[in-house]
Amino acid sequence: MKKNFNKNEYLHGLKRGYPIALGYIPVSFTFGLMAASGGLPVWMAVFISFTNLTSAGQFAGTNLILSGAGYLEITLTTFIINIRYMLMSLSLTQRFDKAMPLSKRMIIAYGITDEIFSVASMERGILTYSFLLGLITGPVFGWTTGTFLGALICTSLPEGFSSAMGIALYAMFIAIILPPAKNSKPVMIIVILSVAITCIIKYVPLFNGMSSGFRTIIATIIGAGIGAYLFPIKEEKDNSKQKGEEA
Amino acid sequence: MKLERAFLAIILMALVTYIPRVLPIAIFQKEIKSSYIKSFLHYVPFAVLGSLTFPDIFTSTGNLVSAICGTLMALWLSFREKSLVVVAIGAILTVYITEIILIIF
Repeated sequence: MKKNFNKNEYLHGLKRGYPIALGYIPVSFTFGLMAASGGLPVWMAVFISFTNLTSAGQFAGTNLILSGAGYLEITLTTFIINIRYMLMSLSLTQRFDKAMPLSKRMIIAYGITDEIFSVASMERGILTYSFLLGLITGPVFGWTTGTFLGALICTSLPEGFSSAMGIALYAMFIAIILPPAKNSKPVMIIVILSVAITCIIKYVPLFNGMSSGFRTIIATIIGAGIGAYLFPIKEEKDNSKQKGEEA
Repeated sequence: MKLERAFLAIILMALVTYIPRVLPIAIFQKEIKSSYIKSFLHYVPFAVLGSLTFPDIFTSTGNLVSAICGTLMALWLSFREKSLVVVAIGAILTVYITEIILIIF
């Protein structure tokens, strides 16, 4: 159905990805700052951002590298934090252009981050390779550029400013979920539910020591699981209409 | 810390970051029929982002007060459907200003 590469779709993807790219700069800047002040060379900090392209996982992994942890601990911690991507990938596959070959799916897989996934999910209709590639381009650029700048300027920044930037990532998350939650009661209830479960796991002593990655997986499965039971989405033949329906 | 060690650790991190992303995409090419699972997958992003944000946002800055002010600003700007960038910058500036005020008083 679709040709190999569609320039308009790519540009549309770029447009949707550019706010993510800008939002990534302060966060990855903080990462570069952390990596370089811990003793990693600038190129290596950038290399981490380019190959990992993830927030929580690479922050945790790099922290462990800097503290001299073993390979197993580093690998396992990063993996556990990143298991959540399986849910996102699985969710996205349902929206992919059916004609997309495996090789292209494997390229897109590299770019599935919390934010790219969220923006792709909110997009109506079938997700094409060109659109997704465009969506990923800006954020990859923003994430690596921010890391580079942060690692480069690591010593010359007022401390208060780097601490204030810690909130950037979370503010972006709020900006992604609040507008749809405001307009849809099921979404609002599911968000509140998963936050409540996260808090229970975090503060009830019984679950002490559970990693933040597992916390998110459990809260997501329970929250979205109950949500899907209470508010099933009406069957709709046309994929493009499915999104707008409950919004 | 040896750089070769760090380099190998980074490669391992990249692998275990890519595997969860690529497995479902490579394996599940068919459309899921169950309407329960479809609904579940539709709600996943909201549950994930909610869980990632709260309560961790309250410990994301120098102190609790500035984090709460930043959170309120982010909520308010998002409620007014401002763009991601505006919300992020608004929250950062709020935290920064709050922390300066806290130092003065």
